[in-house]
Amino acid sequence: MAMFSQNPIMNGPNYSFAEAPKAAMDGLREHRFNPYTDNGGSTLAIAGDGFAIMAGDTRLTSGYSINTRYAPKVFKIGGTTSSQDDANILLSVVGFAADGEALQERLDSVCKMYRYRHGKPMSVNACAKRLSTILYQKRFFPYYVYAILGGLDEEGKGAVYSYDPVGSYEREQCRAGGAAASLIMPFLDNQVNFKNQYVPGSGIGHELQERDRVPLPRDEVEILVKDAFDSAVERHIEVGDGLQMMIITKDGIEEKVLPLKKD
Amino acid sequence: MDTLVARYSRPANLQRETYAEDQHDDLYNDNSPALSLKFAMPPVAQPSAWLRAATDDRSNPNCPIKIAHGTTTLAFRFQGGIIVATDSRATAGNWIASQTVKKVIEINNCLLGTMAGGAADCQYWLAWLGMQCRLHELRHKRRISVAAASKILANLVYQYKGMGLSMGTMCAGVTKEEGPALYYIDSDGTRLSGNLFCVGSGQTFAYGVLDAEYSYDLSEEAALELGRRSILAATHRDAYSGGFINLYHVKEEGWVKHGFNDTNPIFWKTKLEKGEFTNVTSSLD
Repeated sequence: MAMFSQNPIMNGPNYSFAEAPKAAMDGLREHRFNPYTDNGGSTLAIAGDGFAIMAGDTRLTSGYSINTRYAPKVFKIGGTTSSQDDANILLSVVGFAADGEALQERLDSVCKMYRYRHGKPMSVNACAKRLSTILYQKRFFPYYVYAILGGLDEEGKGAVYSYDPVGSYEREQCRAGGAAASLIMPFLDNQVNFKNQYVPGSGIGHELQERDRVPLPRDEVEILVKDAFDSAVERHIEVGDGLQMMIITKDGIEEKVLPLKKD
Repeated sequence: MDTLVARYSRPANLQRETYAEDQHDDLYNDNSPALSLKFAMPPVAQPSAWLRAATDDRSNPNCPIKIAHGTTTLAFRFQGGIIVATDSRATAGNWIASQTVKKVIEINNCLLGTMAGGAADCQYWLAWLGMQCRLHELRHKRRISVAAASKILANLVYQYKGMGLSMGTMCAGVTKEEGPALYYIDSDGTRLSGNLFCVGSGQTFAYGVLDAEYSYDLSEEAALELGRRSILAATHRDAYSGGFINLYHVKEEGWVKHGFNDTNPIFWKTKLEKGEFTNVTSSLD
């Protein structure tokens, strides 16, 4: 489908109505139904021992044009006020921004209703299951969204759940989503899960011993996130401008916005 | 008039304001099930054709929404119950979306399902099947048979035939009436009972090992090893399979998990200790 070829020479800027017939045709002609646009950008989530970090860049693109340099992709979910100060869950969305926003509003209202009914905030694993069913309700007309949910589990450990657009989900230690997922994910495998890292001198070839997995401290993870995005900005046109980071701990949610390259 | 009165005399929190019609029931109605059969549809004449253009990467490699695919799963019946084994890789086109997928779905404490095809379809409908099985238990005061459970799922997917569901699943369970029972169900509506099934892109490789070594009278230990070895063969030759080997043993008391182990050390152990996989060299010079 040319609409997603991301090549303006082929099909003009990547608006969703780019494929409307350019000239009148003979006879009856049905318009192609193109409800999606890829708004680019990338997200990243890492779970630590007593924290979870959700991050996303703030650029919003359509084809080769940058529509805004500050469009947040990470949202607080399930607070009682509009400022969401008492929220206990984070959601990041990437893909089609309009679907992402619709999904965030839907999940937020579901969490709010839960709070009013039960007099307590929704747990992360309950919210994770609910998000899966919300996505699956649109199985035949999907949200074009790669969602990641983050929070603290019942033991106070960081929890990250990643989703495909129609709601299959899995709890993971870390996950990158969106345009630069293929650039960031291998870096995370190596630096967070220590994949392909071996104990020096423990052998050669298949005899090498794997390096033990240890949970990373928060300050190291924050540096890792910044490095991942700096590298992605360097090699992907749809990533840049700003880095929005939300860190959830037992003391609440802290938000940081750091600059990224703006070219 | 009565309907008007009824409409406006509901408690305040049930009165609807500006939400779209499809959101009401979920948000305001306590008794609507979370796993419902109400799905949003695209506003076009042929929803299935539109969905295929947007999500099926085989008919349209540039499709925007990539749904996770690619798998090897197997299950076989033997004298001690049923062995269920899977790999753990999910792919979207050539991209490995995950190496840690749980493809054995625990429907309840004595029924297992396996996941091949669309990950979301399998996760959602097997969770829904779990709900139906629990309702059957409450209504009839006894556990559901595997035959009945698999038929509930087969009937459901048959209703959605042609809509774009993609699942190839096996239901395994042991009951008093049936003994060890194994069924294969796919999204075309096929439902088969049998001793041994392999499903997914790596199925042929797994069948190769399984058919050669299988016998109903296998000991528990030998059966577990055969399940593991068959998946290993598939991960070795099928690029769409890999990651970890997920092993389960279903008995009448319920299922037992036998680990979620990385294929790489198992491969080297199999090669070096048993002298298999001689096509791969272990020397570095």
